[in-house]
Amino acid sequence: MTTPAGAGVTERLTSFVAALRAHGVRIGTGETVDAAQAVEALGLADRELLREGLAATLLHGPGQRTVFDPVFDLYFPRGVGGPEQRTAGREDLRHRLADALTADDRAMLARLAVEAVDGFGGYGSSPGSDGWSSYQTLERLRPQTLFARVRDNVRGQGGSSGFTDRLLEDEIRRRIDAFRALVAAEARRRVAERRGRDEIARRAVAPTADRLDFLFAGKAQLAELRRTVSPLARKLATRLAARRRRASRGSIDLRRTLRGSLSTGGVPMRPVLRRRRPVRPELVLLCDVSGSVSGFSDFTMLLVQALHDQFSKVRVFAFVNRIDEVTQLLEHGTADPEGLGARIEAEATLTGYHGSSDYGMALGEFAERYGDAVGPRTTVFVLGDARTNMNDPNLPAVRQIAGQARRVYWLNPEQRSRWGTGDSAAPDYAELVEMHECRTARQLSALVARLLPV
Amino acid sequence: MFTSVDDVSARLAETGYLASPAVATTVFLADRLGKPLLVEGPAGVGKTELAKAVAEVAEARLVRLQCYEGVDESRALYEWNHAKQLLRISAGRDETWDETRTDIFSEEFLLTRPLLTAIRGDDPKVLLIDETDKADVEVEGLLLEVLSDFQVTVPELGTISATRRPFVVLTSNASRELSEALRRRCLFLHIGFPDEELERRIVRLKVPGLDEALTRSVVRVVGALRAMDLRKLPSVAETIDWARTLLALGAGTLDETVVRDTLGVLLKHQDDVLKAAAKLDLDAL
Ligand SMILES: Nc1ncnc2c1ncn2[C@@H]1O[C@H](COP(=O)(O)OP(=O)(O)O)[C@@H](O)[C@H]1O
Ligand SMILES: [Mg+2]
Repeated sequence: MTTPAGAGVTERLTSFVAALRAHGVRIGTGETVDAAQAVEALGLADRELLREGLAATLLHGPGQRTVFDPVFDLYFPRGVGGPEQRTAGREDLRHRLADALTADDRAMLARLAVEAVDGFGGYGSSPGSDGWSSYQTLERLRPQTLFARVRDNVRGQGGSSGFTDRLLEDEIRRRIDAFRALVAAEARRRVAERRGRDEIARRAVAPTADRLDFLFAGKAQLAELRRTVSPLARKLATRLAARRRRASRGSIDLRRTLRGSLSTGGVPMRPVLRRRRPVRPELVLLCDVSGSVSGFSDFTMLLVQALHDQFSKVRVFAFVNRIDEVTQLLEHGTADPEGLGARIEAEATLTGYHGSSDYGMALGEFAERYGDAVGPRTTVFVLGDARTNMNDPNLPAVRQIAGQARRVYWLNPEQRSRWGTGDSAAPDYAELVEMHECRTARQLSALVARLLPV
Repeated sequence: MFTSVDDVSARLAETGYLASPAVATTVFLADRLGKPLLVEGPAGVGKTELAKAVAEVAEARLVRLQCYEGVDESRALYEWNHAKQLLRISAGRDETWDETRTDIFSEEFLLTRPLLTAIRGDDPKVLLIDETDKADVEVEGLLLEVLSDFQVTVPELGTISATRRPFVVLTSNASRELSEALRRRCLFLHIGFPDEELERRIVRLKVPGLDEALTRSVVRVVGALRAMDLRKLPSVAETIDWARTLLALGAGTLDETVVRDTLGVLLKHQDDVLKAAAKLDLDAL
């Protein structure tokens, strides 16, 4: 291949093709030659043309595009390193983000995503434990909280009135979702830049739904995940039943064994096992449903609801900075799992003065208002990332709950290495209750199978 | 044929076709690499129109093979004109049977069909194989043969090779998966629904009488419908139809009544109409 850019491009193209193949895209030599010609014809100056040109020559169907695009982003990154402009600060960036969302300026949104990850996505400082996180970026930037501002801006500029004004809110939601996706792509790109592209390409792209990080899952992926709830629940129910059988197969009931032996002339042929009284355990769920953690909480709530037969009682509470019981909503929610999040948001009181999560406040309110929901037969699961937004974690409230309950487990959707970074109070809580990393549906089902009381 | 991707966009636009960057890039490459272009996507997004526009730009003749269930070699490739052959035989000149036979299997009695037409002659041509997915699988073998070597063997005449290769566009609505072999012969282009900005430009171009603000509203409503879970989503063709309808009705802006009365132009299924009406908060129909 002779290209203006020379041998470097050939190598890059070859490893790009290899990465696509590793993801199951079948590419022959013919296509690779075509792709090289495409690079030659198009040049490298315009990245989006290159993307389309390589897709046209290497792919044969639309389904492969979801694999292709992220791998392309890794091998042909937008820029290397940081943005042209350093961010002045969070408020400045949010301000410009609001403007770009108002104007629906896609090019600007892409630039801001780069800036956002640069300014707010980095964590750690020692090589090996540092990196870039889209989750952290979005948690700090909270683009979803710009919703009202953007809506008012658009209206203020006369950009929406009359009949079509009713479309505006959904349009803005779609724009915010698009921005989140851009942030995720940029964080992935930077991680790749650090760790070596080939390694990331192998594992960072489109894992199967059950291995997907809850915190990075998009809307479509969460929907796909929700569809796995009932089969997963069936499997877990079987495993719980097996555990229950094992647990109740305890000691021999001597009296009943002897009574049974009368028919065999007093020889105890069949030992009678002491049957445990079938007292089913009680379960209480405390779920952070704010921001990006909500994907994880929704899924877990649905799963627990699908398992409710296994318990004498299940109560579910949702919180952001205030807590409210949502058991009822969940019971009626199995028919429409998609709408669960929206219903909880609409019908429960979860926020007070502000919209960001406050564990201390919410847990305190729980201990105070719903303390009697927790007794010696109750197992409590707390779901959330323990990011307190710098508020007081309120450890005494957790201590109180732990004292009343049979067991308290905390499932944290953040990777363990991030616990304690920034505003995470995870290590403090982990001293009081057993905390488990729970990043994927696969991890969740393993934990549920192991930790759920029987 | 084209000097750059921008050149493709500009010249297609002159014929009234507004190409997204993906479309322009792929057309450019299909020309450069001399490969057939397989265009897949939902109905009404401009697949057929693209082939026509390319033909116009290239000042080429458009040769179209419309596929349908049951299309076969005699419809796609060539056929002997039996009626004419019979006439010739019964006209019976003073000659041997061998001479007659040589004569009736000559050019004069050959009915060329699109695939053969497209590879004969020196004039530039665009071969459009439209709705390929509707044809039976066996036809794909034939297409593959023609598109691999651009030659066709007619037993009675010998092998006919293209002296000038046509620009080939195959379209598919993906109602059935085309064979891997055929796909591998082609560059692949998926055309989906255009983004808002492009769709506004298409409407402005096709329905110039509609004012700017109304055009914007039209495209926003269509966008909202496409985000709904409907049996059949409205395509560009429906957007254009709707814009024309509104223009004909003299609607200055959208309101509930106008939208309610014309929703049937956008949505083809009654249950889609009902669902959309509910989601758009239109009063009961
Ligand atoms: N990009 C575009 N530029 C101009 N017109 C378009 C475009 N896309 C679609 N159209 C219009 O939409 C209508 C449907 O296009 P058509 O080619 O028949 O769709 P398809 O073959 O994909 O079903 C045509 O009237 C065409 O003019
Ligand atoms: Mg068509």
